[in-house]
Amino acid sequence: MAAEGRVVGIDLGTTNSLVAYMEGDKPVVIPGVDGSNLVPSVVALDPMPKDDSGRPTVTVGNSARRTLVETPERVIYSVKRLMGRGLEEVQSELHFFPFRLADDVEAGEVPRIQLGELRFTPPEISAYILRQLKRNAERFFGSPVTQAVITVPAYFNDAQRQATKDAGRMAGLEVLRLVNEPTAAALAYGLDRNKEGLIAVYDLGGGTFDISILKLRDGIFEVQSTNGDTHLGGDDIDNLLLTIALDEIHAEHGIDLRQHPGAVQALRKSAIDAKIRLSSESSALFDFELPNGDRYQREIPREVFEQLIEAVLNRTAGPCKQALADAGITPEQVDEVVLVGGSTRIPAVRKLVEDLFHLPARGKKPHIELNPDEVVALGAAVQADILAGASKTTEEMLLLDVTPLSLGIEALGGTVAKIITRNSTIPASATEHFTTGVDGQTNVAIHVVQGERELAADCRSLARFDLKAIPPMSAGLPRIEVKFLIDADGILQVSAREQRSGQQAQIEVKPTYGLTDEQVESMILDSFDNAEADFAKRLLIEARTEADSILTKVEQARTNPAWGQLRGEEISAIDSACNHLTAVKAGEDLNAIREATVALDKSTHRLAELMMDAAVSSAIRGKTMGEAGEQLAEEVTAPHPMAPAEFK
Amino acid sequence: MLKVIDSAIPVACWSCNVAHNASTLFCPHCSKIQPAAAGDYFSVFSLVPKLDLDLGMLEHQFHKLSRKLHPDRFARATSSEKEWSLADTALLNDAYRTLRDPIRRTEYLLKLQGAEIGEEYAGKDRKDPSRVPADLLEEAFDLNMQLEEMRMSKKMGDADPELQSGLEQAQKKFSDMLDDVDRDLRAQWQVWDNGDEAARKESEKKMVSLLDRRRYISNLVRDVTETLAA
Repeated sequence: MAAEGRVVGIDLGTTNSLVAYMEGDKPVVIPGVDGSNLVPSVVALDPMPKDDSGRPTVTVGNSARRTLVETPERVIYSVKRLMGRGLEEVQSELHFFPFRLADDVEAGEVPRIQLGELRFTPPEISAYILRQLKRNAERFFGSPVTQAVITVPAYFNDAQRQATKDAGRMAGLEVLRLVNEPTAAALAYGLDRNKEGLIAVYDLGGGTFDISILKLRDGIFEVQSTNGDTHLGGDDIDNLLLTIALDEIHAEHGIDLRQHPGAVQALRKSAIDAKIRLSSESSALFDFELPNGDRYQREIPREVFEQLIEAVLNRTAGPCKQALADAGITPEQVDEVVLVGGSTRIPAVRKLVEDLFHLPARGKKPHIELNPDEVVALGAAVQADILAGASKTTEEMLLLDVTPLSLGIEALGGTVAKIITRNSTIPASATEHFTTGVDGQTNVAIHVVQGERELAADCRSLARFDLKAIPPMSAGLPRIEVKFLIDADGILQVSAREQRSGQQAQIEVKPTYGLTDEQVESMILDSFDNAEADFAKRLLIEARTEADSILTKVEQARTNPAWGQLRGEEISAIDSACNHLTAVKAGEDLNAIREATVALDKSTHRLAELMMDAAVSSAIRGKTMGEAGEQLAEEVTAPHPMAPAEFK
Repeated sequence: MLKVIDSAIPVACWSCNVAHNASTLFCPHCSKIQPAAAGDYFSVFSLVPKLDLDLGMLEHQFHKLSRKLHPDRFARATSSEKEWSLADTALLNDAYRTLRDPIRRTEYLLKLQGAEIGEEYAGKDRKDPSRVPADLLEEAFDLNMQLEEMRMSKKMGDADPELQSGLEQAQKKFSDMLDDVDRDLRAQWQVWDNGDEAARKESEKKMVSLLDRRRYISNLVRDVTETLAA
């Protein structure tokens, strides 16, 4: 149905984000204007503080990444690490990041990040990334996109999930479902095989680690167990290398780079480059120019690197073993292992996984056929297709996921009474009865926690509920029934009723971390985004921007040595394509502008090739400028805000 | 002999208005989803309460019902249907989780029959000392002493091999005891499933005490296993 539009699948990642959809019976990633499939999860506040709408002007993705070294105080990345977290957690998290908290944040409030002269909550930052993905999809389809499936780490708790959903709403997206990332990956892998059996998905991304065990049968993907660590990923490896370099530079050159956020970011980039090279080479040179012109150079052999990261990687073993135990199976019973996340490109990670699941002895290898950076988004697109219904490809598929953490209520003495145990299939519910302890008592306070520990203080506080307006009765007489329901997104809903009086008890929910409905409402990004009339106008503006961008690129290329190698007819073809585009750009015909843009892009085919040959790599041939950019982006093996690979 | 477990009060389907049984999740006439049912976990699977279940069939039914009820099937439905799908699926999942596990299933059925029992999995009554089986009092006391000793010596950094093997023997012994309890429980399943009212009442009493015993022993086994692994 046209009115309902398409449902897209979004991987909102720590390092990169992607949007995908089902093209017929195949999920595909939707590229951005720059041709790249990956949108770096980086948001920058432009120097201009505000535009006419009173909203700050922000840029997202590659262009935001560019400003990271020059103006680190106006850029934020890895915001996923801050989603749904309290003040203290965020403070410990910010140690390695250039951004800082707003000064006036109080305990109990959602932390705000100071970005230039403005401050943002983590969901707002994520909303900017989501809006960019939404726009990329709208540009691609030529029609509005209002519904999405967004993936989250399986081990995300209630607050982190709610924060992600809030971000979707702020970006003008109805989030039809939150899907766990490893489960999404399993969907992407399971689509074209009629497999049955047990599969394990090992997902080590930029900032989070998940392990999920699934049972596949009759098109039903039933998660048996899940475990993980929302604080473990490639970032930790980068930080290890970064710390060593910072300390050595301090000791050997007497320079404390920690005082220079921009330099730390440049050094981080060198660390990431070295890490990426170590996945394919036996040794890598950490090479960095210091502000005084000296060079810090350090050869890192792979064995040294592997020793260094061993402790980090070993932290994934415990969750794997727990997941197997919770599923009630041995490693040998796992039929297939799927690797997800950029960090699984590290050979030591693959070795660890092979050992954990006893793969070599069984003549098996982990699955890496699908690009580990894209597989989650592809799976999200599959789930989006399931939800949209009316598709032959996915009509027999169904995903049954679980809640990663036990839900409990604080009981007398601060202990936890578990009411829904971890790895329960969701939706799941539990009904509990409460009463009063004092005559005439009209309020009962309930503290809900999430976690496996025995004491409430050691678990994650989810919310405090006040059951109010209980009819005054003798102590112990009221019987208040409270229903806890974890929905298909893994988010808790609560309802209550006083049974003796039959009154619906009022509940006042105070989430321990999180935004109120009103706060979310006030943070919704440009509300006109979805209006039909404005939409056409916006597409036109975007098409013109795109045209301007390629025209500028061509103008810049005229001074490039590669220009001189073009034949006369090639130059005149480019010139005429430029003239044509400049002419139609002034008009209102969207398709004409787009066609002329594509034509100009095509005419620069050989120019791009020559420039590539000269400047970057002989491996890229036969591409137009747009495609060359896309291919370059794909070649970034473990992308990061600072990773290279931009085509200018 | 069959007990009527479904609520016999008919309700009208919200969509086609044809009356149907209140424990039905779908209208038998127009197939539309219905508000959360009034029946018990067994009725979700159209079963009468019984203890010896065919788990393969149960899983098959679970998948079949999931396909029809799951919120994924109602992502673009009316808000009422979405709500019912959520509630019905939660009920289905809760029912499946309870019925596929032999102990939870037994506990659930006994509770349906009005028995007062602790809950093995809920973390409540975990250390309730009031229900120590009399014949285990002495052994359990000795075992707890040994466990305490083991924890101390592990803390000091030297595990006494004699203590270690003693605990391993105890672990084996109590695990075997657990197997015995499970066998006795299964025997009682048959009695309950096939017996008359009087036989059922008798069997329910036996199962309640078997479950108490089981809970106590399994806590001991868990403590030993944790201490040995520490």
